[in-house]
Amino acid sequence: MTRSLLSIAELGDVGLRRLLELSDHMAEVNRRPNPKVPALRGKTVCNVFFEDSTRTRLSFETAAKRLSADTMNFAVSQSSLSKGESLRDTIETIAAMGVDAFVIRHKSSGAPWQLGEWTNASVINAGDGWHAHPTQALLDMYTVRTALNRTVTSSAGGFDGLRVAMVGDIKHSRVARSTTEAFKLLGADITWVSPRTLLPPEHDEHVATNLDDVIDDIDVLYLLRMQNERMNEALVPSLREYTTRFGLTPTRAGRLGQDVLVMHPGPMNRGVEMAVDPGELSGNVINQQVTNGINVRMAVLFDLLGSGSEHSLAGSSE
Amino acid sequence: MNTPSSAGDAGKQVLGPDDVRRAITRMAHEIIERNRGTAGVALVGIQTGGVWVVEALAAEIARIDDAADPVQIGSVDASLYRDDIGLRPVSPGSVSDLTFTVDGITVVLVDDVLYTGRTVRAAIDAIGDYGRPKAVQLAAIVDRGHRELPIRPDFVGKNLPTSADEIVSVTADGVTIS
Repeated sequence: MTRSLLSIAELGDVGLRRLLELSDHMAEVNRRPNPKVPALRGKTVCNVFFEDSTRTRLSFETAAKRLSADTMNFAVSQSSLSKGESLRDTIETIAAMGVDAFVIRHKSSGAPWQLGEWTNASVINAGDGWHAHPTQALLDMYTVRTALNRTVTSSAGGFDGLRVAMVGDIKHSRVARSTTEAFKLLGADITWVSPRTLLPPEHDEHVATNLDDVIDDIDVLYLLRMQNERMNEALVPSLREYTTRFGLTPTRAGRLGQDVLVMHPGPMNRGVEMAVDPGELSGNVINQQVTNGINVRMAVLFDLLGSGSEHSLAGSSE
Repeated sequence: MNTPSSAGDAGKQVLGPDDVRRAITRMAHEIIERNRGTAGVALVGIQTGGVWVVEALAAEIARIDDAADPVQIGSVDASLYRDDIGLRPVSPGSVSDLTFTVDGITVVLVDDVLYTGRTVRAAIDAIGDYGRPKAVQLAAIVDRGHRELPIRPDFVGKNLPTSADEIVSVTADGVTIS
């Protein structure tokens, strides 16, 4: 039985809750002086990143190693892909070496599903195009749950009544899509704060077009990275104008309630969406997001590679 | 640890609540005697079945030996150390709770039912990742036999011969086989 983590929608409410609960176990491991357990000895995880990434790749690699799995890193630029080998041949070649899970990031939406057609290994989507980034959503949910001490277990609780403002380029952001899905599955109220040019064409979310309209009535402020490329496409007049309407400026930071969580998936553009020093914000949980990324990715790897079917252990027991 | 039988289940009760209480009292005495008190002794329950037993044993030890310092208690989840990972569904219990250092102390691992010994083996490995105890001892309310590893308990409430297809359930209200 091969299982994969491709999107929050496919994971669903039950799976999301199960992984959050499992992440508590991994967080406990990571608090120890020797944060390593033998759970996935003999398993091999291959990172296949077709887009640049620092934190996500390192986070997955660390997660795998803390579970005692072996890791392989596939650097696209140094690979036979640059000699003209097809993606399918490359994946099948790596799979033939004995890989239990592929962690893939690709600029094309849907690439992880395609990869899943070619291999029997588990596939974990580490970001595909504008589409999905499920482990980011998981670490965001885990961070909110931990920081606000909310009860969210496999059977109970949620984010009912939690008001979230997600600010920035929603349209081109896989983080926005996945994290919004996860917040909604857990019952939070989410508002997208974005220029109309950076909203997806069809959606049913609440929308604000100025951060000032919502900043006094939120529990979580989630800032997205403003990508410079969008200027060239003339979707935003200038970074300065963006900051004026959507950036977290010193004035707006002064209006933020003490308990309001400030989140960012990174990498952060200081002076644009983050026009204050985040270290001075009382609700800054950006570093916790990074730490929790390891916890939730360990949970995902253990859930995919550490479980078997109900009946494969006939006769044995506790 | 076994699935508790539901109400109305036709399980056969083999020990009543008084029997369980007396077994815990005797085990508490044995733990104190064997370790000459409870200084430098910690009771660690294996998640999840051993947790209530640890609380019962600690309460009993406090009652018997009220001059002594309260015995340290904790719990350990062995699910990341099992030898059947990948062979059955992932179902961790609660998170490990060891707030004291285990270096140099005597850890009494506690479970409700001792069966194949595989969970105990995993729990010993888990404890080892927190430090190097002076000794590890093992306590279980019921030893139902069928060991698959060279592991034996130091403190037992009741030896209970069973067949492998039976389910043994242990609570403060008694022990049933179904």
